Amino acid sequence: MTIEGQAIRSKAKTALSNQSFKTVTVLSSLLAVHDSLGYLPAEAIDEVAKYTKTTANDVWAVASFYTNFRFTDPPPDTVELCWGPSCHIRGAMPMLQKVFEHFGLEQEGDSPDKKVQVRLNTCLGACSQAPVISVNHRLVGNLDPDDACSTIDGLLQKHNRGKH
Amino acid sequence: MSKDYKELTAKAVQHLASLEAVAWLRVGTAICGQAAGATNLLQAIPSLAEKRNLPFVLSEVGCMGLCYAEPILDIQTPDGDRILYKNVDPALAEKILDSLAKGKTHKDNLLGAVTCKDKAIPLLKNIPMMKQQTRVALRNAGHIDPIDIFQYVASGGFKGLSKALNTMSASEVIEEVTKSGLRGRGGAAFPTATKWSFLARSDKKTKYILCNCEEGDPGAFNDKGILESDPFTLIEGMIIAGYATGSSNGVIFIRHGHAGPIERTEKALEACYEQGILGSNILGTDFSYDIEVSLTGESYVAGEETALMEAVEGKRAMPRFRPPFPAQAGLWQQPSNINNVKTLAYVPEIVAKGGDWFAGIGTEKSKGTAIICLSGDIERPGMIEVPFGLTIRDVIEKIGGGARNSKSIKLLQTGGPLGGVLSGDQLDIVLDFDAMATAGAILGSGGIIIADEDTCSVHLTRNLIAFCQYESCGKCFPCRLGMSHLLEVIERITLLNGLESDKALMERIGTSMQAGSLCGHGQLGFNPVSSALKYFKDEFDQHLEEHVCQTNQCSGPFIGPEKTRRWAHHTGSSPTAEVSDRFSSSQIQKQWISVLK
Repeated sequence: MTIEGQAIRSKAKTALSNQSFKTVTVLSSLLAVHDSLGYLPAEAIDEVAKYTKTTANDVWAVASFYTNFRFTDPPPDTVELCWGPSCHIRGAMPMLQKVFEHFGLEQEGDSPDKKVQVRLNTCLGACSQAPVISVNHRLVGNLDPDDACSTIDGLLQKHNRGKH
Repeated sequence: MSKDYKELTAKAVQHLASLEAVAWLRVGTAICGQAAGATNLLQAIPSLAEKRNLPFVLSEVGCMGLCYAEPILDIQTPDGDRILYKNVDPALAEKILDSLAKGKTHKDNLLGAVTCKDKAIPLLKNIPMMKQQTRVALRNAGHIDPIDIFQYVASGGFKGLSKALNTMSASEVIEEVTKSGLRGRGGAAFPTATKWSFLARSDKKTKYILCNCEEGDPGAFNDKGILESDPFTLIEGMIIAGYATGSSNGVIFIRHGHAGPIERTEKALEACYEQGILGSNILGTDFSYDIEVSLTGESYVAGEETALMEAVEGKRAMPRFRPPFPAQAGLWQQPSNINNVKTLAYVPEIVAKGGDWFAGIGTEKSKGTAIICLSGDIERPGMIEVPFGLTIRDVIEKIGGGARNSKSIKLLQTGGPLGGVLSGDQLDIVLDFDAMATAGAILGSGGIIIADEDTCSVHLTRNLIAFCQYESCGKCFPCRLGMSHLLEVIERITLLNGLESDKALMERIGTSMQAGSLCGHGQLGFNPVSSALKYFKDEFDQHLEEHVCQTNQCSGPFIGPEKTRRWAHHTGSSPTAEVSDRFSSSQIQKQWISVLK
């Protein structure tokens, strides 16, 4: 087993045993591990299977169903873009197009420099402030389509300044 | 009244007095507030107040529903005045607090007053967005700190619970709810008391009340709004439902990722356990009840009642076959009831004030109030609670202020993506479950999205179908393949490459989906297309025959999820044959093989 693999396993185990929910299931375990690691590497799937006394197959079945799970190491920053009908009506489509271009993307995915993951979200829940995006889980609404990219850049910078 | 409830109210009175003794500042930090910048405001306030030597307490509250006015700063002074300001940023907060420190009232950006000696400031209940509202489930929203149990008690909280546990039998509670005429607010409008009586009949030891706050409907945020603004109301409603049905456990089901609602619900549950509202011997009676939170991953179908049970059990959220019905064998094969957040949130007031009181609100067959979320091209977007019987026109024009920039309303999208669309000339439909159903509209989860003349109905239909396709769980092939096929067709229409036969083709797909799907997702999945074809036939024909889109939206970009496990037609292959590269990438395979070794 590689050192990296061991580190992933131990982090996954900690997340699994620290679950705050009364009822532990494959899904609750996957959510806990995904929150902790940011993705579900194969080692994590294996740990979840052991912890919940199921098989890796069963765990894959659940993990592959829910669209919030990812399976590759994520970039440090996350930008979520809402494409729901309220945002659509308030001009999200051309705005999101610009955001994709800004990050060098044609569709949702990780930016080529692997710094930002750009995800679409069916509804961020702040429809009354459409169009809405979230930058590292911080919501921003009432975006001016022309300023969206600079707003996102500003928030990313602020977030990363705060980390150092 | 039991001793424990008396003790609790006494503590609450004391707690409230301590809050009211200084300047009590409230900031709405629900999802809508956050999106409007409330976090910055919240962080700025303590230092601004301290700089001015202003004794204060700061409470985070939920959403009053006046989302257009967010971020809202609400100031209650020890003399009893309580004034709200709209669209407050830290700079404006500085000015407001400046005036406050000098004992004056800042006069810009006034939203309204809850109480005020200065009669020149309009009362909040009289502003256009509030005037026609009747607040039952949302009575505390924006007024109390959602995780402060004593603020809830001080505003009459747990009165209904205490009454039910101490003075009523389980069947009397069901009787009261029957009298109230309460119908489920999740979309199906099934009489709540009848649903409860199915569960009450079972004599099994473990029975569940499940509360559905999956709320994946774009355009609906009222369930999350209740959890963020007043989770205690829901918890109290759930315990009463548990008592009435003789159930043992409650589960609140929320979508992972909605951090605010989840955190506030968990903290509220914790506070209830601390104060003896949950657990053994609630309020000193011999009734015991437990509630826990269960999270789901992102999946719209997880909001369907049997799929929800699968998700709580940790599996893929796919609907089950019925029978057996949930009341016989639901969660973990035990008898279960599923109620929507809004439905349960009405229960405490129904029990406290009596079923007849609730039945006096609304129309003959739709009792009580409707909680509606307004968004899109509307002057005053937000969350409102109005009695049934008002027209959609009242809601949109009088309460919501009509379309933005005085444009005309072209289209309404109601009840979530599956609800389809209505045209702008149908504003006179009355808010009433049955009247709306007759008119072909669905109140559903209560979302109403307004679009003005700049929106292309075909382009929007593509958005709705893209959502339905993305969210099909894949269990029933008519839905899984039908949605993909529909999307393919609607896509070529928006690209102005539609075929003459496309309308008939979509009709055929839609009929198959309706006949061959297990749950509402497939059964109603054709609604967006059929309703758009009904009300915007000319616009479809223009796209199909003249290959023209008058709004020019169709020549612009369309952004939707291009690659998911359920998506393949884009690559030109069969929808079932292609596996997304998310799973087939050699990197993952290699990784997996190394783990197996």
